[in-house]
Amino acid sequence: MRKVMKRVGALMASVVIALSSSIVAAAEEGYTYNYDYWGDVQYGPDAYAVSGVYTSVELGLDKKLTLAESLYVHENMLYICDTGNNRIIEMERTEHDKFEVKRYIESFKGNEEVNTLSGPTDISISEDGHMFICDKGNERVIKLDMDLNFVTKFTKPDDPTFDQSLSFQPHRLITDKAGRVYCIATNVNKGLIKFEPDGEFSGFIGATPVSYSVVDYLKKKFATAAQRAKMEAFVPTEYSNLYVDDSGFIYTTAFNIAAEDIRTGKINPVRRLNLLGNDILIRNGENRIIGDLYFDKGGGFDGPSRFTDITTFDNDVYTCVDKTRGRLFTYNDQGRLLWAFGGGGGNAEGYFKLPVSVEHMGYDLIVLDQQDASITVFTPTEFGAMVFAAMDQFTAGEYEKSAESWQKVIDINGNYDLAYIGIGRTLLRQEKYKEALEYFELKYDRSNYSRAFKEYRQEWIEDNIVLIIVVVLLVLCVPLAIGRIKKIKWQIDTADIFRV
Amino acid sequence: MFASLKKKETYTKYFASLKYALYCITHPLDGFWDLTHEKRGSIAAANTILFITVAVKLCKLYFTGFMINQVYWPEINIFMHIAAIVFPLALFCVGNWGLTTLFDGKGKLSQIYMATCYAFTPYPLLQIPLIFMSNVVTAEEAQLYYTLNTVSLVWAALLIVAAMIQVHEYSVSKTVLFLIASLFAMLVIVFVLLLFFSMITQGLSYFVSMYREMSFRL
Repeated sequence: MRKVMKRVGALMASVVIALSSSIVAAAEEGYTYNYDYWGDVQYGPDAYAVSGVYTSVELGLDKKLTLAESLYVHENMLYICDTGNNRIIEMERTEHDKFEVKRYIESFKGNEEVNTLSGPTDISISEDGHMFICDKGNERVIKLDMDLNFVTKFTKPDDPTFDQSLSFQPHRLITDKAGRVYCIATNVNKGLIKFEPDGEFSGFIGATPVSYSVVDYLKKKFATAAQRAKMEAFVPTEYSNLYVDDSGFIYTTAFNIAAEDIRTGKINPVRRLNLLGNDILIRNGENRIIGDLYFDKGGGFDGPSRFTDITTFDNDVYTCVDKTRGRLFTYNDQGRLLWAFGGGGGNAEGYFKLPVSVEHMGYDLIVLDQQDASITVFTPTEFGAMVFAAMDQFTAGEYEKSAESWQKVIDINGNYDLAYIGIGRTLLRQEKYKEALEYFELKYDRSNYSRAFKEYRQEWIEDNIVLIIVVVLLVLCVPLAIGRIKKIKWQIDTADIFRV
Repeated sequence: MFASLKKKETYTKYFASLKYALYCITHPLDGFWDLTHEKRGSIAAANTILFITVAVKLCKLYFTGFMINQVYWPEINIFMHIAAIVFPLALFCVGNWGLTTLFDGKGKLSQIYMATCYAFTPYPLLQIPLIFMSNVVTAEEAQLYYTLNTVSLVWAALLIVAAMIQVHEYSVSKTVLFLIASLFAMLVIVFVLLLFFSMITQGLSYFVSMYREMSFRL
């Protein structure tokens, strides 16, 4: 009887375990994922966890955020452009999950005609301590010092290359180390508007390439003027946002791209511009940098990922935020997806209604949701922190430590391709080519495999040079020798002196 | 039938005809003429070449180095890979034979089959060393692999043209014309087959549903 009870107990226990493990598996699916070599979705553990969602109440604001457009981080200060309330909120992150309001920037000192802000959409702070604000409603970019004294302003460029019939509506801006200002203005599609430090307009840089097909071109050729006016113009896409990284390169995003152009790869939504405006983003990954690879209608969402903002960590890892499905996509410097997470339409933590801006403080990500009037702070989980640690250790040349960290990443998520490639790269640097080959082959990293294989082959040939020479000589000499022996034999057989 | 398998000369003839494939691919016009007219070839050798070709295609899938060939194993259907050679070959032989008999073609169905199979010879001949090579190339050297890969296919294609010239005793332009026409014939056969199978399915399902209906009522 006892035996039977024991068996029943064991059976029930196993059922419970089976059920609970299936529940765990179901819960894991859905929030954080990645694409493998084949483009299949691989769910994984969360790399980022929400450490707090802050609305005006939690932030201690006097008014609700209204149509907030943008975030900006300067050291441990966070700036929120509260566009609808015509002000910029300056806050200090005093503790890990505490923000304190420092001041509301609504007006500035100086003898300008209008010294209040009207619908400010973006702010940027230069290294020498000047604020640049997109004062969109007043059609100007203003430069202030940190005590809000007026320094200078940038208005509509008085230049023939700028369409004078348009009003100047600065939308997003950044400043680089030299104090130049790069600005995206609404309805301007010639690229980024570049101002010199003294406020002078010095041209456009980095317009996106125009895409049109031969059919479109022929259609346009034969259309009447009225038909032509109705057609879509072949114009470059407007940028949606920009970010300047440590080395002075400008990351840009664009979302106004036809789904077809994204699918075929004609136009890249994410670009990294050098000073000449050329795209130098590295795209070594198997999958293109377009956010979601599959974007058919489903779950109430439709269309490709539309990036509204981008931010770059110090290690050239960048994160884009997608407003279509409310997701965040993090790519490394080689253009491989580290992870995608988030979701749209939800009121739950970590889901967004209309994310418009993303910034980072250290490795924390801060996302502004315009419709929900809130900011969400994400902190790396153990898994995410381990991935960053492994990458940073690799950059610092601590290859053994890096390999250990990648191994820990594999222990948490055995499906994480980059960890295998990471270990392979550390082995490659340690000149353990044969072991490196295994890791690269496992995750189909051809370029690194090729590099390792070249070295391995070289090593193999050097080690076995004697053997190779012997084999080659044998192959060459044996037929020769056989031929010679046969000839001698024939000569002996047919020689006159042996003839009887 | 099996009595001949015991004779030694059967094997010497078989190996001679198999070896003759090497002559054919280097001297196509002369080779394919003698293949049928001087009876230097044999169906057994043709079958062997076809078998080796299919086997090499499958080996290629598995043994080619991953630098060249990445295989998504969950979606591999080995029968599809076999059919990718055998099915077009069967269609081609039937389609070509059907057309050329109407237009003074001298070839019999068996001769067309034999000559086409002999024309496949460069494929396994080049692909087997290529499989080894693919495992020792780096990304930069892969171009050589792709070139040789193309060579094996183009060579085989040219041999098919030469084979058809000699089997049917056509001029070059007429052969090319009828090869293109054969492609259309193949399409027509595929269409008829599809039609046939869907008709059979429809017809059968009629009787199946009638039987069901009756078994419910009675």
